[in-house]
Amino acid sequence: MPQEQEQKRTQRKSGGAGGEGDAGQTEATSKGQKLKEEMDEILDEIDSVLEENAEEFVKSYVQKGGE
Amino acid sequence: MAIPKVVGTETEYGISAVGSPDFNPVLSSSLLISTYAGTLRRIRWDYEQESPLRDARGFEPVQMREPAEEDLGLANVILPNGARYYVDHAHPEYSTPECTSPRDLVIHDKAGERVLERSLAELHKILPPGERIAIYKNNSDGKGNSYGTHENYLVERALPFGAIVRDLTPFIVSRQVFTGAGKLGTEGAWDDGHRHTFQLTQRADFFEAEVGLETTLKRPIINTRDEPHADPDKYRRLHVIIGDANMSEVATFLKVGTTALVLKMIEDEYLPDLSLANPVAALHEISRDLACTATVRLADGRRLSAVEIQWEYLERAKKYVEQEDPGPDNEAVVQRWEAILMALEEEPLSLHRELDWVAKYRLLQGYIERDRLDWSDPKLRLVDLQYHDVRRDKGLYHRLAASGKVERLVTDQEIERAVMAPPEDTRAYFRGSCIAKYGGAIAAASWDSMIFDTGGDALQRIPMREPLRGTRLHVAALLDRAPDAGTLVELLRT
Repeated sequence: MPQEQEQKRTQRKSGGAGGEGDAGQTEATSKGQKLKEEMDEILDEIDSVLEENAEEFVKSYVQKGGE
Repeated sequence: MAIPKVVGTETEYGISAVGSPDFNPVLSSSLLISTYAGTLRRIRWDYEQESPLRDARGFEPVQMREPAEEDLGLANVILPNGARYYVDHAHPEYSTPECTSPRDLVIHDKAGERVLERSLAELHKILPPGERIAIYKNNSDGKGNSYGTHENYLVERALPFGAIVRDLTPFIVSRQVFTGAGKLGTEGAWDDGHRHTFQLTQRADFFEAEVGLETTLKRPIINTRDEPHADPDKYRRLHVIIGDANMSEVATFLKVGTTALVLKMIEDEYLPDLSLANPVAALHEISRDLACTATVRLADGRRLSAVEIQWEYLERAKKYVEQEDPGPDNEAVVQRWEAILMALEEEPLSLHRELDWVAKYRLLQGYIERDRLDWSDPKLRLVDLQYHDVRRDKGLYHRLAASGKVERLVTDQEIERAVMAPPEDTRAYFRGSCIAKYGGAIAAASWDSMIFDTGGDALQRIPMREPLRGTRLHVAALLDRAPDAGTLVELLRT
């Protein structure tokens, strides 16, 4: 279970990362908004290149071991 | 005084045929490589000096060698940039030429990606319509099968192997916080309870031993393969098999730069004993700790986090570089190392421009939040895989790079140049230049030899047992004076 706890913790920290130190509430909000917009932009771009049929595609990716 | 750290990486790329169940990865890898290499294909690899089962601890080989891939007629070529490009097991593998600085290594590691990308484009010109091959620079298929990315470092033979094991293991275990390429899920046989969570590295799940010769099962943190590809009385080639394939230039730079520096400090007995109580358990624990705060126990009883262990190394490295080994390359490594550790302490997820695992985790988080996905959604697995696609117009890392969302350390021009041009300050310069100039007269080649067929009765073997000889400085004038291989061999004799 420690992994899950850590993961929650990082998520929480990440959620609060918009407000740094003594930055004002408004500033934090607009920064958070900007981050969200930036992420949406990234995801839109990735949507346009992502392979079709994720489930099938990932299932058929099987490798022989190497080295 | 420690010897210069000549470095190189070998990357086995994942290969698959989209929607083709009868796909043969071995033959497809061979076709991929020979399509790219064209006429270079006829130069044989010279296996004479190779002995992958020789053990650095002095043990006798314990198993028979597999037949060389060469015997099966699979592609195995040396490129004009001094790299080796060949089929290893069921994967195309690219080994960079020897480099002397972490920045050069980044350039040549990236040039390898370009070679694979270009090979793929060439291959698609000859594949039947509708068939498609995909290539990934990663280390796992997410189903328990792993393939490697190995780093190689020149170390002095006189250094006792036990010192490497003692002083390098805690470093390797803790460096995961910046070397990880990130992976969705876990593949350790002992740990199937968290299949849909995320961890720092692709490789940690596949390591079960502390020291050993194996690379394909019961993999060890420290690999003992003793195959120096250089004068065996003077050198070892430390074969580090545990790293992830990095897309991030910062991660590759740090991975190789810090490890080389730590090896120098080991040669100069500059490090305290940081032995871990249980290195294998610590490896797995650190890979699963996204906050980078979990502590692991040292043999002396202390408990330190991975970042704290890294600080122990960095503090010594700063002193070492200042007092023993100043210079711009080392200084750049130490500065970057310190900045990354500070950020890891403050907020690991702030490093999405620098580190692969953070960049990938952020994308996954983005999808989860925007599309309200569960961690088990196949789309997330696709993001994990496609992050490593070598195509610059489809690979997710490359899409981030194209829009300035990740930090670059080298330029596209430098990478393009390195696709054809060898590093100038190692023997790779001689190897690559000979391939480019006298390709038709080279019968075989390897890391430490070139065999010329100059038309006489016997083949002419030129040994290259010093990795730092055969540089541009040493041989450019000689190569200029030799219009053909026969003259070159004559000049080298006199």
